[in-house]
Amino acid sequence: MSQLKVLKSLVIDSLDTITKGSKTYHIWMGALTLVMLIGMYCYSIQLDEGLSVTGLSDRVSWGLYISNFTFLVGVAAAAVMLVMPTYILKDIDFKQAVLIGEGLAVAALIMCLAFVVADMGGPSVLWHMIPGIGVFNFPDSMLTWDVLVLNGYLFLNISIPFYILFRHYQNKEAKPKVYVPGAILSVFWAVAIHLVTAFLYQGLQARPFWNNALLGPRFLASAFAAGPALIILVLAIIRSSTAFKIEDKTIKKIAMIVTVAAQINLIMLVSELFKEFYAPTHHSESAYYLFFGLHGKDALLPWIWTAIPLNVLATVMLTFGKLRNNLKVLYFCCFILFVAIWIEKGFGLIVPGFVPGPYGKIVEYLPTGIEVGVTLGIWALGAFVFTILAKTAIGIETGELRYKEKKAAAESVL
Amino acid sequence: MSDNKKWFSIDLGLNKKKETSGSCGCGKTSGGCNSHKEELSADEFYEAAIDASIGEERHKDGFEQVFDVKMDRRQAFKKLTASLLIGAGAVSTSCSVTTGKDTKEKAQIDWEEQFKGNYKLMTDDEKQKTIDRLMRSYELRTGKNIAMTAENAEENVLFGYAFNISQCQGYMNCVSACVEENNQDRDSEMQYIRIHEMKDGEGLKFEEADDNYYHEVPAEGHFYLGTQCFHCDNPPCVDVCPVQATWKEEDGLVVVDYDWCVGCRYCMAACPYDGRRFNWSKPEVPENEVNKNQHYLGNRMRKKGVVEKCTFCVQRTRKGENPACVEACPTGARIFGNLLDPDSTIRWVLANKKVFRLKEDLGTEPKFWYFMD
Repeated sequence: MSQLKVLKSLVIDSLDTITKGSKTYHIWMGALTLVMLIGMYCYSIQLDEGLSVTGLSDRVSWGLYISNFTFLVGVAAAAVMLVMPTYILKDIDFKQAVLIGEGLAVAALIMCLAFVVADMGGPSVLWHMIPGIGVFNFPDSMLTWDVLVLNGYLFLNISIPFYILFRHYQNKEAKPKVYVPGAILSVFWAVAIHLVTAFLYQGLQARPFWNNALLGPRFLASAFAAGPALIILVLAIIRSSTAFKIEDKTIKKIAMIVTVAAQINLIMLVSELFKEFYAPTHHSESAYYLFFGLHGKDALLPWIWTAIPLNVLATVMLTFGKLRNNLKVLYFCCFILFVAIWIEKGFGLIVPGFVPGPYGKIVEYLPTGIEVGVTLGIWALGAFVFTILAKTAIGIETGELRYKEKKAAAESVL
Repeated sequence: MSDNKKWFSIDLGLNKKKETSGSCGCGKTSGGCNSHKEELSADEFYEAAIDASIGEERHKDGFEQVFDVKMDRRQAFKKLTASLLIGAGAVSTSCSVTTGKDTKEKAQIDWEEQFKGNYKLMTDDEKQKTIDRLMRSYELRTGKNIAMTAENAEENVLFGYAFNISQCQGYMNCVSACVEENNQDRDSEMQYIRIHEMKDGEGLKFEEADDNYYHEVPAEGHFYLGTQCFHCDNPPCVDVCPVQATWKEEDGLVVVDYDWCVGCRYCMAACPYDGRRFNWSKPEVPENEVNKNQHYLGNRMRKKGVVEKCTFCVQRTRKGENPACVEACPTGARIFGNLLDPDSTIRWVLANKKVFRLKEDLGTEPKFWYFMD
């Protein structure tokens, strides 16, 4: 009962916090709301007319939505790179960053689920997929595995930070006995969500571009580069705009993770390119289409030739300690690395899987305005959710939000 | 015999039969030996036939479990539906005087259709109920009647298809017959069959073939090859479906429950043969062109956002007719029949022609063979 009271107070307090802030904060939230509304409008058109308003076709049946989904699963999985050192290796540096990382994972997962729903032809019958009520094709379909691991990971990433913040809110220490087992589990779980998502593609013998044993490991490497890179950028913003203290040391340690992951990712890219182009077979045609175009069809060239140089540049720059330890350079590197991996793992992975088609037919895909609108709306939703979570968490961690204080204040008024 | 194989293998009993006649070595003419052997192979053949047609369904433990759960759920839903309907009905009758009886019936049908179960797991009684509802719904909407059936697969039937590359002249009668028979969306010009025009002397070069030609056929120096859903015996599209909205029937047809499909299109990504189509918008068929002889799993009207595919014209073939494409073909390039019937034409083709299938290395075991004269 008393816990419920605390919870109620926490909800009221956090509502209070998230509705108050600087002018910039209000403009930021207002802008996000606007983009979300535009996204919803675009989605309503898609619901009404069907997926024909997208650039998709029978030949290229997945596009921008699934690309973003794939990429964001990686971002969500990357939270583990902060969880592991903090909770298990007891690395105090990361303690501040980990709550932010987990908040980011929650936001990323919500975006993932939104992208999957946006891609569905029949969102009104999605209950067919709920285990127990519908028919859940487990374990045959990798998509059902994905549903399980994504929702499980979402639960873990909500419950662990919630427990810690809830305790801190009451001025109590969080008991490691309670949350460390969950944290350890989430480490394995994070690897699982990304590996399972890779298997979703890797298991299709129909698509040689995906049917490749390196896909899973490469997913992990690129995720552990792009995710922490995003966390660094977010920490940089939080550091400069709130009272939340994040030390240089923390950011530099995360930068180390980004660097190693980016290097491994690059090695795997080289290995893939070697396999596709040294002794090209029929199965290399998708790679040819992606990097050089096939029969004059070359819609993906600008994308991939933006991604590869950015990826290489960022990795090389990060490799030099002097450059990496310069925070301004680090932020720049993180940004271009994030963009590069978003392209590579989104567009650069999903679309060429369908081109050329099973019988060699080349049909190109470009997203329509409505697709872009829905996509931006979902990204805005993610940013919105993250801002709310982060603001509350920072309020509690900096001691602004406290249950006891409020009670004491109320008593003194009386 | 095929136990040691590391990949999936279609079991038509063909190999077994060949082996017995091979090991005997007495040829066709020796009567006594033959009759004795015939008995034995008929027995084996029966076993193989059951294996091929029902296969793993013999041990239905998991299936039955799902089935039982489903029944409970459905009953729960029914009760829920009934109570909600009573409530909703009471509200609507008390609030509006103008609502007609038809509107209410339509609403009830829509409601029940929205919350019905997966066709694959329905009893025959439930199947009948849903097609009754669908027919009534069509009548309420258009004032016209359709005849929809829900025949199940027959025993000892496994459908297969053979395509004679030498005979096909690229007329595409099959394509238009298919569209008309199966009520495909006319707006997007959806077609299940693709005819690939290939150059003589270059072999099967799909990537250079033209599957969208608009010129007089047969074009000089070209040959033609048709593709459609191959109704694989080991279909990758079925495994990936997260809700079991697509499955292989006991007569080998790979079908879709359009009402259960959630439209994720994972099956389209998994199909190596370009066999599946998606309704990107609401499919439109002019009222006077609608084929009113329908099957639940076949050519009934689809809705937007679901996957569909060739069903070997289940509405015809389960009544013993040929698929529309076979019937429409003016050159006799298309052969369809029961693989388990030793006297069928398709079995003759498999036994006497040099047949091959596409992308055999993928282990999908298509039930669609190509051959030449």
